[in-house]
Amino acid sequence: MSKVPMNLFYARTHEWVKVEGNVAFVGITDFAQHQLGSVVFVDLPEIGSVLKQNKEFGAVESVKAASDLMSPVSGKVIEQNDEVVGDPEQVNRDPYNSWFIKIEMSDPKELDALLKPNEYEEISR
Amino acid sequence: MPDVKKTCLYDSHVRLNARMEEFAGYWMPIVYTSIPEEHKAVREKVGMFDVSHMGEILVKGKDALAFVDHVFTNEITSKPVGKVVYGMFLYPNGTIVDDLLVYKKSDTECLLVVNASNIAKDYEWIIDATEGFEVVISNQSDDISEIALQGPLAEASMRHIFDLDLSNLEFFTFTEGSLFGVKMLISRTGYTGEDGFEIYGPAPAIAEIWEAFLSHGVIPCGLGARDTLRFEAALPLYGHEISDTITPLEAGFKLFVRMDKPDFIGKSQLEQDLALGLSRKLVGFELKTMAIPRQGYPLYLGNREVGHITTGYLSITLGKPIAMALVSTDVAKNGSELEVLIRNKRIPGVVRDKKFLSKNYKK
Repeated sequence: MSKVPMNLFYARTHEWVKVEGNVAFVGITDFAQHQLGSVVFVDLPEIGSVLKQNKEFGAVESVKAASDLMSPVSGKVIEQNDEVVGDPEQVNRDPYNSWFIKIEMSDPKELDALLKPNEYEEISR
Repeated sequence: MPDVKKTCLYDSHVRLNARMEEFAGYWMPIVYTSIPEEHKAVREKVGMFDVSHMGEILVKGKDALAFVDHVFTNEITSKPVGKVVYGMFLYPNGTIVDDLLVYKKSDTECLLVVNASNIAKDYEWIIDATEGFEVVISNQSDDISEIALQGPLAEASMRHIFDLDLSNLEFFTFTEGSLFGVKMLISRTGYTGEDGFEIYGPAPAIAEIWEAFLSHGVIPCGLGARDTLRFEAALPLYGHEISDTITPLEAGFKLFVRMDKPDFIGKSQLEQDLALGLSRKLVGFELKTMAIPRQGYPLYLGNREVGHITTGYLSITLGKPIAMALVSTDVAKNGSELEVLIRNKRIPGVVRDKKFLSKNYKK
């Protein structure tokens, strides 16, 4: 069984969101990393990019395939996680500490549309 | 999927927690632990693959050699018994039915080892070509299982585990030996760019051999690593580098096409192609910035689409993004600067040779 921490929001497309004030940290779930296999590359948007909820913002690539990353919220990219960019396999080892980007949310109400942990657990069995 | 077949090693794969997927009509292990770990085991030590899905077609009879030379691009008649020869079957239009290994068992018997996904097509195609030849063709794919043991420690493993000295078995030759009291065909061949062996035999004995390898620490490797390994060695995969829309000359496998033979199916079209000049060529391609080129991604020179990626990876051994690509001949020179389109971004790269790494075959 993959892990689904209680303190996060989830997208149907297997991204997680951790909220600190007005900032959303975004990564991919344990279920997603397991499905992908060894992550070898993350392709992330530049700082300052403006993202729209449910629109593609980059990709996470395993040895075998590329998967689109979908933005769980709208807002501006304020930081990339350089550690993950430099060591993408960290996503496999510790998915919930391997955030990809921080987004300054333009509409925190969008979080209401995301899944709660128990709801995500249902779709990631 | 009720029609999906299981190899004789299926239970072992499940016990080892492999990710199983349907491939060419079989449940096959894609990965056991991680593709990079399995890949490195083969490059640095020794790994093994269940390749029981591969097809085996036996050609027997007075005209066996003449028949194989009629359907096969490479040449078998002049070779000694015990030799393994790589080549292709072609359609009359010069494109590829399949690539295969031919094992010369005697002057009246050859074993053809073909791709799993092409077994039915190949068998029919072969049968259709037999008119005028005294041969009997039998599809033995369901009766023969196969393990590929690959890596620099493969020879030592065979000695250690089976007390079998294969140091005199040359690259691309085979022997028939007894393992666990059962007659096996063992060839010094593989699909990884490393030294190693392919072992063919009946299911129960193959399953016993697999367990013996496991208990001696040979790393089981899935089809995921099989693909990353063969790619780095620039070995073609049917459906990627070669297919029924490409000729072996375009794919750069002239070495395996004996144009000096009197005839083989597809030869006259290849002669015409050579006279006219080839319009496309399979090349190596290396990206200048970090991104991963994948099969089907288009290549551009300015606004002109000049080809596509056939296989690409972030090479596990080299740590850089490389690919094989089929491109127009006019941009196929080494050093030619092209762009590959990845998620709507143009990524610059350069055409290069396909010698991504030096192969460690037994000399």
